Amino acid sequence: MTELQITPRSKPKIRPITIAITAIGGQGGGVLADWIVSLAGAEGYIAQYTSVAGVAQRTGATIYYIELFPRAAAEAEGAMPVMALMPVIGDVDVVMAAELMEAGRALVRGLVTSDRTTLIASSHRIYGVTEKTAMGDGIAKSEKVIEAAVKRAKRLVLFDMAELAEQNGSVISAVMFGALAGADVLPFPPSAYEAAIQRGGIGVKASLVAFRAGLARAQAGAPALEAIAEAGPAEVTTAAGGRLVSRIAQAFPPTLAPILLEGVRRLADYQSHAYAEDYLDRLEGVLAADLAAGGAQKAYLLTEEAARGLALWMSYEDTIRVADLKTRASRFTRVRAEVKAAQDQLVYTSEFMHPRLEEVCDTLPAGLGAWILRTPWISKTLEPMFASGRKIATAKLGGFLTLYAVAALRPMRPSTLRFKREMAAMSVWLERVKAAAPRDYALGVELALCQSLVKGYGDTHARGMRSFEAIMAQADAETITPERVARLRAAALADEAGKTLTAELGLAG
Amino acid sequence: MAERSFAEEVEKLRLSAGDVFEGEAILAVTKALLQSGVAYIGGYQGAPISHLLDVFADATPLLNELDVRFESSASEASACAMLAASVNYPLRGAVAWKSVVGTNVASDALANIASGGVKGGAVIIVGEDYGEGSSIMQERTHAFAMKSQVWLLDPRPNLPKIVEMVEQSFELSEASNTPVMLELRIRACHLYGSFTAKDNVRPRFTQKDALENPVRDVDRIVLPPASFLHEREKIERRWPQAVEFIKQHRLNEFFGPTEGDVGVIVQGGLYNGLMRALELLGLADPFGRTELPIYCLNVVYPLIDDEVKAFCAGKRAVLLVEEGQPEFIEHALNTLLRQADLNTRIVGKEILPRAGEYSGEVLKKGVRAFLDRFAPERLVDSPEADTPHPTELTAMGADLPPRPPGFCTGCPERPIFTAMKLVEREIGPVHVSADIGCHLFSILPPFHLGNTTMGYGLGQAGSAAFNVEAGKRALAVMGDGGFWHNGLSSGIGNAVFNRSDNVTLIVDNNYSAATGGQDILSSRADNSWRSTRHAISDAVKGVGVKWVRQVNRTYDLKDMTSALRDAMTSREPGPKIVIAQSECMLNRQRREKPLFNKAVKSGERKVRERFGIDPDTCTGDHSCMRLSGCPSLTVKPNPDPLRRDPIAHVDNSCVGCGLCGEVSHAAVLCPSFYRAEMIYNPDWKDRLMAKIRKAVIGWLQTRADSARLARAI
Repeated sequence: MTELQITPRSKPKIRPITIAITAIGGQGGGVLADWIVSLAGAEGYIAQYTSVAGVAQRTGATIYYIELFPRAAAEAEGAMPVMALMPVIGDVDVVMAAELMEAGRALVRGLVTSDRTTLIASSHRIYGVTEKTAMGDGIAKSEKVIEAAVKRAKRLVLFDMAELAEQNGSVISAVMFGALAGADVLPFPPSAYEAAIQRGGIGVKASLVAFRAGLARAQAGAPALEAIAEAGPAEVTTAAGGRLVSRIAQAFPPTLAPILLEGVRRLADYQSHAYAEDYLDRLEGVLAADLAAGGAQKAYLLTEEAARGLALWMSYEDTIRVADLKTRASRFTRVRAEVKAAQDQLVYTSEFMHPRLEEVCDTLPAGLGAWILRTPWISKTLEPMFASGRKIATAKLGGFLTLYAVAALRPMRPSTLRFKREMAAMSVWLERVKAAAPRDYALGVELALCQSLVKGYGDTHARGMRSFEAIMAQADAETITPERVARLRAAALADEAGKTLTAELGLAG
Repeated sequence: MAERSFAEEVEKLRLSAGDVFEGEAILAVTKALLQSGVAYIGGYQGAPISHLLDVFADATPLLNELDVRFESSASEASACAMLAASVNYPLRGAVAWKSVVGTNVASDALANIASGGVKGGAVIIVGEDYGEGSSIMQERTHAFAMKSQVWLLDPRPNLPKIVEMVEQSFELSEASNTPVMLELRIRACHLYGSFTAKDNVRPRFTQKDALENPVRDVDRIVLPPASFLHEREKIERRWPQAVEFIKQHRLNEFFGPTEGDVGVIVQGGLYNGLMRALELLGLADPFGRTELPIYCLNVVYPLIDDEVKAFCAGKRAVLLVEEGQPEFIEHALNTLLRQADLNTRIVGKEILPRAGEYSGEVLKKGVRAFLDRFAPERLVDSPEADTPHPTELTAMGADLPPRPPGFCTGCPERPIFTAMKLVEREIGPVHVSADIGCHLFSILPPFHLGNTTMGYGLGQAGSAAFNVEAGKRALAVMGDGGFWHNGLSSGIGNAVFNRSDNVTLIVDNNYSAATGGQDILSSRADNSWRSTRHAISDAVKGVGVKWVRQVNRTYDLKDMTSALRDAMTSREPGPKIVIAQSECMLNRQRREKPLFNKAVKSGERKVRERFGIDPDTCTGDHSCMRLSGCPSLTVKPNPDPLRRDPIAHVDNSCVGCGLCGEVSHAAVLCPSFYRAEMIYNPDWKDRLMAKIRKAVIGWLQTRADSARLARAI
């Protein structure tokens, strides 16, 4: 048996430096850990690191844990330190999080303590699968995590490291390494960090650039919050446009101007100035109901929500609209930016479209379209022609001309089958909203919000419409409450098969 | 290894005496095996020991130089059976696998090798996949060691110690004619550190020597009467020999003072965590020097009665740090002390949690509770009890999006499950018997497909009871890894024999993908040291399957859905096999990305495809994501001030697999998806056509723009 004469309590405390890195698989947390180990080793520290990488695949949360101990201190003692393989709450010097929610997870695990921990986190989001698959807005709220980070960290370095990495043509781990150097929590100079990157040998040049950007950003501290750009007064370029703008100014409360301007801009672009005038006509009706129901005290919420829904409804996505949006020059430019094409690089796009017979008939004059759909022999004959999807090469002549021709049908849109159907359904909805407001203001607002259920194309649109109509069928009942409408709307977005909505509808109001 | 090179790691295996080896513990073990004069190595891949096998698979030239045979085993059972070479000959052999699952599979061979015993040192390296990050059921390998009476080493996580224990495990095995298991937990396997290397040692005796001079000893074969002899031999000879060796070579370690009224017995693997807890409580320094007597079990089975008695004698209470359950060591210690008439109280699971990993917090809390009860005076200047976890953080935790593992970007298995979902829309929900492999992620969002998983290669077997007359069929899933591991015989062959009418979908992605992308029989890559390209379709036809459909591009949703639909509805009797074939994207990218970049650099014309979404046509329903779940297909805030729901967005990690487009066609989703073809180094035809297109399209766009300007406000 070994026996040592020691009294640990009387000795000055030498403690290892402890660093936890939390990341999502595939983010390069291992590269960052390697750099830190290399850095510490070269600077006279004994480094130990370990990880729980989980399965070989991506998307899972991963944690790396590093301990550093001064080699000189160990040599002076003639002993090697015993280093831990996982972080202990209250005993972590640096937490590095490669994504905001992973910073949140580190906070929840208690790894960040205000007496000790420097939290270096990227504020960008990588959305989880549950956030992505929600039928509406399933995105987790960032504010709480940021609030907790500010409150719990001894020091906080928080900025969008992914964006900075992209700007510098490198990966997030390089920026994070820079942020670590900039935070100045480890006893090493920035030059030692750069040396570690150079020793790593892979992507050295780009990594160094990103490292320096991260370093500078962390040293600069928190930037002042950028003022949110106020939407300036609408720039008027046409006479008819000018009339619309002044009508909004005269007939509507100024707080509604931004949304109304957006509405008329959308609808003039979608169809015509007259169509946008029609939009304002309808909204004046809503505003009257709003005022009568005491909307002035409620910031005209009814009109605002109706304005939003009405603009979207009146600019429903038909084949003409899609063809128009897909062929615009501005869209070509946007695609180039989106796919990060180099200057002068040739980029061609193929659109994945699936116009079925229904959509084709929807674009025909109402009489003709309806006749085809209700005449079985002809629809059965035509159906196979539209049974499978098409790939349309928009930037090549054949594809472009096809779509251009469809977009050119815009002037005849008001005579199409779909237009008639949409306008009829929209009018019923708008009347319901107006009728409900004097009875119960909140109910009117809730009914207005239901428009958001009607979205998408094909089957998705049909499903949304079914949910919308199921809720509207309840809306005329005497006993309907705004809370119930809100519950029904949430239920409609809970699952694709409509099970939750059916169950909720089955419950007594 | 197929698409990943371990050349750098292989170089480390060549280090000689005095060189410093730096790297992960599992790689240190590979070096330790060569330093031990091992003659053969085998194993089956799986986290956290995959790297050990990957490195050896790439080290064939070095192994040839050293006369060491490395075998990629078909399963853990085959790996363990390989140790038979050490029964009659003084051959040192080592095999490795993931535990406890691998030990389950190996247990037949393990019981046999343990019964007859070995002449040459036989060592089994097990990666104990327990606790955070584990992908399997939470059980202990310890039980197998006990029931088969093989010795279980659990070295403290420190590279020099681990290496030393590997070397000594061969000696222990030979001294006691018993196989030895050396377990390393996940974190220990991935532990990065260093040790001073020794020279590699060539085996003194080789398989060639054995083959040319075979010997045979009927007493080593498990058949009566020898099997009865084996049991007695285990108790009367091998066990005492092992105890003697362990004592003599001090495999277990003592730290701190010899005397004391309390002490701690700890599994070697948990030693570092315990020492950190003691340090934080002011009872140890960072070098592991402590005021508490500590008995560190680098050998957790068998226990050394004399050492235990000596350690416990005179102590009021001893804390036993034993992770996992059942608490075998605790039971054994209590029996031992009772029989020795010692009054020392063994405190284990009454203070420490019965289940779950012993993290730093758990150990700190446990040690404090123990001392509080049995030696409160030792806690004098330790910090106050931990502050309770702030409740607002707990609440925040519930709101954090979970991050379940999922299919990689562009994974060819994703469209298989998209197709399954689309087929379910036609024929209704189906009972799915899942297997082990990446494809098991189908049980998670967004697919939610799969009812049970019964083990590697057992997808088809898991649906055997459902071979009855019904309006629908069961659908079994099996990966190519599981298929070759045992699924061909346990599942497919047996389905033929029992005239099963069910469907088995075999996911053939060219690799044993989930374990890191190792080659298997049906891999398409050429492999200099293994024989590949043995088609799964030939194998299933070979065992008598008549109905086989192969889909050669899983991304082709039409083909994929029709194959599944046909299999689920076919009137033909007998098992129906759908082979879904497309290369694992992770490995394909490993190979192709560098080649693509090189070609672009050299001026070759190349086209890169990726997908995108038009933000102004996307309405934010996310149907596409519910049918995909690709990491590169994500959401972003809606740029449209009139809309609130986030819109879909394809990020730059997209590899252009094409599924997004197929989905929007097959499910009639929306026209927002586009495929962008980016041309690198265009030739003269490209440039000419581009000029013509630009002229015509540009002119029309200008016209449309001016019409639009006239409609602006």
